[in-house]
Amino acid sequence: GPAEPAGAVGTGQPALGSAAVPDGHHRAALFVASQSAYKRFSELLPREERENACSARVPKSQILTLPELRANPFQHRICHVFSTSETQDGSMSFEDFLDMLSVFSDSATSDIKSCYAFRIFDFDNDGTLDRKDLEQLVNCLTGQGEESRLSSAEMEQLIQNILEESDIDKDGTINLAEFQHVVSRSPDF
Amino acid sequence: DGSDDNEEGSAVENEENAKGADKGKKRATPRTGRAHARGRDRHGDEDDEDDEGGMRRAGPRRHRSRRRGRAAGNEASDSDMEPAKARKNQANQKSKEDDEEDEDEKGGKSGKGKNEKKGDKKSDKKGKKEKANKKKKEKKKSGSGSDSESEEEPITEEELAKLKEEVEEKKKLIATLRNKPWKMKKKLSVLKEAQLFVEKFEGALGKGKGKKFYAYKVMMTKKWMKFQRDFENFKTACIPWEMKIKEIESHFGSSVASYFIFLRWMYGINMILFGLTFGLVMVPEALMGKPYGSLPRKTVPRAEEATAMNFATLWDFSGFAQYSVLFYGYYNNQRTIGWLKFRMPLSYFLVGVGSIGYSFMIVTRTMAKNANDDGGGDDTSFNFSWKMFTSWDYLIGNPETADNKFASITTSFKEAIVEEQESRKEENIHLTRFLRVLANFLALCTLAGSGYLIFFVVRRSQQFALEGLENYGWWERNEVNTVMSLLGMFCPTLFDVISSLENYHPRIALRWQLGRIFALFLGNLYTFIIALMDEINLKARYFLPFTMFDRLLGNTEALQSLEEEKIVKYNMTIWEASLYNGTIPENSTAPPIQVDPADVPRGPCWETMVGQEFVRLTVSDMMTTYITILIGDFLRAVFVRFFNYCWCWDLEYGFPSYSEFDISGNVLGLIFNQGMIWMGSFYAPCLPAINVFRLHTSMYLQCWAVMCCNVPQERVFKASRSNNFYMAMLLFILFLSTLPAVYTIVSIPPSFDCGPFSGKTRMFEVISETLEHDFPSWFGKVFGYASNPGLILPFILLMVLSLYYLNATSKSYKEANLELKKKLQSVRIEN
Repeated sequence: GPAEPAGAVGTGQPALGSAAVPDGHHRAALFVASQSAYKRFSELLPREERENACSARVPKSQILTLPELRANPFQHRICHVFSTSETQDGSMSFEDFLDMLSVFSDSATSDIKSCYAFRIFDFDNDGTLDRKDLEQLVNCLTGQGEESRLSSAEMEQLIQNILEESDIDKDGTINLAEFQHVVSRSPDF
Repeated sequence: DGSDDNEEGSAVENEENAKGADKGKKRATPRTGRAHARGRDRHGDEDDEDDEGGMRRAGPRRHRSRRRGRAAGNEASDSDMEPAKARKNQANQKSKEDDEEDEDEKGGKSGKGKNEKKGDKKSDKKGKKEKANKKKKEKKKSGSGSDSESEEEPITEEELAKLKEEVEEKKKLIATLRNKPWKMKKKLSVLKEAQLFVEKFEGALGKGKGKKFYAYKVMMTKKWMKFQRDFENFKTACIPWEMKIKEIESHFGSSVASYFIFLRWMYGINMILFGLTFGLVMVPEALMGKPYGSLPRKTVPRAEEATAMNFATLWDFSGFAQYSVLFYGYYNNQRTIGWLKFRMPLSYFLVGVGSIGYSFMIVTRTMAKNANDDGGGDDTSFNFSWKMFTSWDYLIGNPETADNKFASITTSFKEAIVEEQESRKEENIHLTRFLRVLANFLALCTLAGSGYLIFFVVRRSQQFALEGLENYGWWERNEVNTVMSLLGMFCPTLFDVISSLENYHPRIALRWQLGRIFALFLGNLYTFIIALMDEINLKARYFLPFTMFDRLLGNTEALQSLEEEKIVKYNMTIWEASLYNGTIPENSTAPPIQVDPADVPRGPCWETMVGQEFVRLTVSDMMTTYITILIGDFLRAVFVRFFNYCWCWDLEYGFPSYSEFDISGNVLGLIFNQGMIWMGSFYAPCLPAINVFRLHTSMYLQCWAVMCCNVPQERVFKASRSNNFYMAMLLFILFLSTLPAVYTIVSIPPSFDCGPFSGKTRMFEVISETLEHDFPSWFGKVFGYASNPGLILPFILLMVLSLYYLNATSKSYKEANLELKKKLQSVRIEN
C-alpha cells in the first residue's frame, strides 16, 4: 500500500529559513518530522521564493518531478487530493505537502491511509467509487500503452467481479465503509 | 471540510472525538486535550487542605472542588457574574477536576467518554481557585482576576465533572489528531484550540501541596513525552542503510528490498550475538585469563611453531589463530579468573545457551508480529478487489520498473478474468501427473547425489589429513568447502530446470522450488556434520602415538575416547617421568621441572577442530558468494554491455542478458549461513564476529551489485506473502542447528586437555559446580528438588495440556470467523 516516499524522513536537520516551521504544533498533527520535509519542499521552489516557503504554493508540475511521484500512475490524483488550492489546480502549500508525507509515512495508521486511498481513487470526487471511477482506475493500473489495456469485454467482466465482491449494499457503487472493509483485510495494503 | 467529518464514520475512535469535537466547536469554552497539559496553570492554594482533610480521590472530587471554589480567590461568587469570568471560573473548576481525573486515570482508572452538554457549564459559576505557584500559565482570553484566593463560590459537582471530561476529551483529541483525515489547516486550528484549552484549565486542578506535586508530575510527563518523541526520531534516523534500501525499493520494488531488509535484520541479531560472545567470553579471557604461552593448551606446539605465522596457516585458522581466544581450545578450566573472580566456564556455557535462547525468542517474536500483520491472509473472497486496490507498489520510483509492474498487473488481471470465466479443463491429466512424478523423482536423485558427493569428499579429506596436508595442493585442502559451495550454486538452477516439467502456477512453483533448495541445503549440512563426526573420531584415534590399545578395547565411542584419554594421560606421565631421568614418579616429591609449554605433548581437542571446520566453511562460503557476484553479475553485465556492439545476436534481450536478482536463492543462502553460525558458535566464539563482518560487507557489495548489474524482474512478486515462509524456515534451521550443540553438551565428554570444561565428565556440570560453590546451600537443595523428574514430568504434562487447550481455542476462533464471513456473504446475497 502507500508507503513512505524516499528521503522524506530522517535526512537531517536543515537550516531553516527566517519563517521557521512551527514544529511544536505540527508534531501532534503528523506522523513525520517537519524539518526534513521543509527542506524537500523548499527545494521544489525557485530560489527567490525559498525564504517564504511556508506560505508559498508549488505548482503541480513541480511536485510531479519528485522521484517518488514520477512513476506513480496516480500522481495527478494524489496532487489534487492533498491540494487545498481554491482554483483546483493541484498546487500544494507546505502544509499540504506535510499532509501528504504524513499520510504516506510508514507510521500512519491503516485507517487514515485507506481513507485517503479512497479519495485518491475517487476520480470524480463524488464520495463513492462508481463504474466510471473503477474504469479509470483500471486504465491507470494497466499503463499507458494501447496493447496493455484491457478490452471492453474484459473491463466489463472485471468491474462486475469487483462490484460483486465489494459492494455490500448493492447500490452499484463502493462507499468508504465498504472500501475500508475490503482493504483492511488485505496484507498487501 | 464538512465532508471530511462524514468520512470519519467508519473509524471507531474517530466517532467519539468527532462528536466531541463538534460539540467543542459549538461550545464557547474550548475543550482541552491531554497531550500538552501544562498543568500548573492555575492552582488553588493551600487552603484546600485546611477545609476538609483526608480526601480520597474519586469521590471527594466534588468536595475538593467546593473547597477549591472557596479557596480560589476570585470574583465569581454568584450566578450573575459576567459571562466571561463565569466561563473562566467554570472552566477552571472543570479543568481542575479534569486534572484530578487525569491523576486518577494515571492511577489506572478508565477515563470517561461522556460528552458534556454545553449548557450546564454556563449555568452556575462557582469560584475558582488560583494557585500562586511556580507553574507558568498564560491566561489567554478572559483570565484576569485569577490570582486571588478564598473563592467562596460553591461549585456543583456535575459541572466540575463535565469540565473534567471536557479536558479529557480535548486531551484525547490532541493525542489522536494525527489519525484524522482532515486537511492540515483544520488540524492545526483544532490543535491550537485544544492546546489553549488544556493550558488554561488543566493545572488549576489539584489542591495544596498535592497541587505542587501534581503540577510537577504533569510537567515531567510533558517532558517525558517530548523526550520520547525525540528519541523516536533519533531511533528512526539511526536505522542503518535506510537510504540505500529505499533507493533499491524504488528501482526494483518491494520484493527485492525485502531481501535487504531481511539482511539488515540478520545483521542486528548477529551484532547482539557478537556482543555476547565478545564481551562475556573473549574479552574476559583475553584480559584476565592466563596469557599466551603460559599453559600447554595456550601455546603453539613446538612442531608447528615454524609455520605458525604464515599467512596460509592463518587463513586456514591454524597456527596462532587456533591457539587464541578465537577457539574453544584456548580457554582454561579455572573456575574463577582474575581479581573480579569472573567465572569463565560458567560464562562460556551460559553465553552459548543464551545465544540460542535469544535467537529463538527473537525469531518467534518476529513471526508472531508478521502473523498479526497478515491478518489471516488466505482470504480469497476479495480476489479482484485486492488486485485492483492493492496491487500497485508505491515504492517504485523508476519508470522501467513501473512499466514492468504495469505489464504484470495487466497480465494478472487477464489471468484472473480467464480463470473466473471458464473452469480449467484438465487436459491430459495423466501426462501432467506423470511429468510431475518424474520431476520429483529427478529432484530426489539430485538431492541424494549431492548428499553422497559431500560424504565422499569429506571422507577423502580425512585421508588427506591422515597423510599430512602438506603433500597436497590447494584443491585438496579446500575440497570440502568448495564442493559444498558449488553444489549450493548449481543445484538450484537444476531444480529450476526440473520445475519447468511440472507446469504449476508460478506461486506454487516458487514454493516447490524453495522447498527443494531447502532440502538440498539441509541435506548438505547434515551430511557434512555426520562426516565431521566420523572424522573427529578417526582423528582422535590416530592422534595418539600408541594405538594398539584401542583395538583391544571395546568399540563404543565414549569408551574409546575415555580409554584414549587414559592412554594419553599415561603417556604424559611417562614423558614427565623421562624428565626425571627415568624414574616413574609414583610418589615423587621432587619439585616439578620447568618445561616449556610448547614441548608438552597435547591431547586431542575435537571441539577446536569442529570450530575450525565451521569457520573455514563460513569463510569459503563468503568468498564464493562474492566471487559469484563479481563474475556472475558484474562481468556478465560488462560483457553484455560492451560486446553487444560486435556480437551476432542481441545480447541484451537474448542470452545471456543482464541478470535478475535472485531473491529466493539469496534469502536461503542467508538462512543457511546463519544456521552454520548457530551451530558453530559454541565451539568457535569468533564466528559471530566473522559473520558480522561478512554481513556488513555483503550489504555494501550486494547493494552496489544490484543497482549496477541487475535489472528489475519480469514478474514482480509482492514481498508480504513470503515473509513468514522465510521466518518459518529460519526457525526450523535454528532448531536443527542447535541439536548438535545440545547433543554434545549433554552426552559427549569434553576433551580433557583443552577448553573451559576440561576435566569434567559432562559440560553441563559447570552448572552444578556453580550451585555448589557460589550459591547458599539451600539454593542447591531447592534446585535439586526442582530438577527432580517427579516435578519435571508434571510440568511437561501441564505444558502439553495448555498447548492443546490453546490450539482448541484458536480453532474455535477460526470457526467463529468463518461463521461471520458466511453471515456477511448471506447478508450480501439477501440484499
